[in-house]
Amino acid sequence: MEKNSQPVIEVRGLDVGYDDDIVMQGLNFKVNKGDIFIVMGMSGCGKSTLLKAMIGLQQPFKGQVLYDGKDFWLDAEQQSIMQRFGVLYQSGALWSSLTLAENVALSLQLYTKLSREQIREVVALKLSLVGLEGYEDLYPFEISGGMRKRAGLARAIALDPDIIFFDEPSAGLDPVNAKMLDDLILQLRDVLGATIVVVTHELASIFAIGNNSIFLDADTKTMIASGSPKDLLADSKDPRVIQFLTRGNKPGA
Amino acid sequence: MNKEIPSEKLTFNYLPDKKTLEFKFISDWRISAGLPELKEAVLQLSAHQDIKQITFDSFGLTAWDSGFISFLMQLVKECQHRKIDVSCQGLPEGAEKLLKLALQVRENVTLKPEREEKLFPKIGSLVLQRIDSAHLFLNFLGDLVLSFTKLIRGKSIMRWDDFLLIVQKSGANAFGLVSLISVLVGMILAFVGAIQLQLFGAQVFIADIVGIAMVRVMGAVMAAVIMAGRTGASFAAELGIMQVNEEIDAYKTLGVDPIEFLVLPRVMALVLMMPLLTIYADLMGILGGFIIGTGMLGLNPVEYLNRTQQAVKLNNLWVGLVHSVVFGIIIALAGCFRGIRCSRSAAGVGEATTSAVVTGITSIVIATAIITFVCQVLGV
Ligand SMILES: Nc1ncnc2c1ncn2[C@@H]1O[C@H](COP(=O)(O)OP(=O)(O)OP(=O)(O)O)[C@@H](O)[C@H]1O
Ligand SMILES: [Mg+2]
Repeated sequence: MEKNSQPVIEVRGLDVGYDDDIVMQGLNFKVNKGDIFIVMGMSGCGKSTLLKAMIGLQQPFKGQVLYDGKDFWLDAEQQSIMQRFGVLYQSGALWSSLTLAENVALSLQLYTKLSREQIREVVALKLSLVGLEGYEDLYPFEISGGMRKRAGLARAIALDPDIIFFDEPSAGLDPVNAKMLDDLILQLRDVLGATIVVVTHELASIFAIGNNSIFLDADTKTMIASGSPKDLLADSKDPRVIQFLTRGNKPGA
Repeated sequence: MNKEIPSEKLTFNYLPDKKTLEFKFISDWRISAGLPELKEAVLQLSAHQDIKQITFDSFGLTAWDSGFISFLMQLVKECQHRKIDVSCQGLPEGAEKLLKLALQVRENVTLKPEREEKLFPKIGSLVLQRIDSAHLFLNFLGDLVLSFTKLIRGKSIMRWDDFLLIVQKSGANAFGLVSLISVLVGMILAFVGAIQLQLFGAQVFIADIVGIAMVRVMGAVMAAVIMAGRTGASFAAELGIMQVNEEIDAYKTLGVDPIEFLVLPRVMALVLMMPLLTIYADLMGILGGFIIGTGMLGLNPVEYLNRTQQAVKLNNLWVGLVHSVVFGIIIALAGCFRGIRCSRSAAGVGEATTSAVVTGITSIVIATAIITFVCQVLGV
């Protein structure tokens, strides 16, 4: 591969977990600019935990997360790096006391010098990108689960982040909306030039959008494969990977 | 329909030459029809020492559901325990698949080893927990002070809109309740005092007693207890639910410090509102005493008010206000700290709320004792 271009995200020797339980260890991978990088693995294997270590919510036991070569968990860098992120949480995690418009607007109010009017326009744009124009003044509890996911996405892209993290974006969505979200992710990559990390076990999405991936395994507590999902399906010898990528059909069966 | 005795549903046939125990399942094995006890089967397993294998015969089986499978599962586990082979061939096809599925899921689950519950390790871990949470609380306090200095330096991202909304919700909306409770407390004080004072014809001192007691501590304590139950609990619940919904995580990854953004306005609002509520509670308490004193004890209204005015010195008011500020800080800190540290479940939110109120009220009482003692020493 191209050696010269620095990866946007690099994870080196990372051990993550809670209190005294190690969930994943010895993780090493790189995410290049413009990648749609998939983190896959069975339910409960530690995908969300890895994500938390990458976005600053759970201190890793060991190892480094580097953004453009800068160590994220060193205090001095953290705040400034975080402002480059957009995160869509598994549950949406909208701020329940704020309307959808306020949810999207908050980061604009905090980190830009836009006027009220300008902010309103940007918010309207972001909401219409996810198909929620006209819902500005509703509160999160007044909309459906799928709409909450999309509103969460609108919030995640409020500041046009150059790195976007998705935790199970299509879980709980109907096939049509899930497809729409996949398309949206591709567009975000192309239009914003964003680098995207997606945690998912939705096979359709994995193959539709992912150009690089890692596979986490709960038993060995580490990553057991990496590469583009299509290559993994074609070339991987590991029965666990094949089983996952073929919806549980055991190899040879 | 004649209900069969469950045990007749199961018969055994031991083949000594093959060292095999055959289980014969007969008739209806659905949960609604009742199931045999596993004990009988286990007895049979124990009865034959050299048993190597069990087999099943289900020709006589007329109907089954998950009750049948759960019986089989227990049986298979018992056999695994005794290192006896299980041959599933004689089972109905569906039952065999379901059984395999059930057993397979169980294999994947690795239960965490139970923590030992011996006395000394337990005490030790309890102490460690306490130290840990004290450490966390000090961290929390430190962060709060830092964000307050940020606010003073004009660098804070705290939103004044939030602050005003909390002032309104925690302060203004509490006036009704504070009025009611304080008037009643004033009346109670007047009543209790009157009974004693009447003994030597000194009813007129009711005004002094009620006035001083309310202004010096009772007004602040009553307002604080109300606020602990009302606002402290709601802070803990609000922040706790935000924690459960990952809303706090969402603030953090936006680079927004939840202490600065969520806790600071709450603490400031309560510290601002408590003295105001306390003064109001003082007045309401005096009103309660006035009602009893003039209405029931027949004191002259003008004299009552004059006496109150003479008795309640300014230093009493200061002492009361010091109480109220301390209480405000205690209630807000207890509520916000418990809320922020809430564990991610509905039960966690309940616990956070409970412990916010309990910690709040306990600390209020302890703080009152300390302040009273200090005032005594200083002679104010
Ligand atoms: N807050 C927590 N404290 C302690 N252990 C946790 C916590 N959250 C998750 N775990 C444990 O960490 C492991 C990995 O959980 P994680 O949420 O990362 O899984 P996941 O791969 O995201 O699963 P899913 O696909 O179902 O979302 C699990 O065994 C879980 O029990
Ligand atoms: Mg997850």
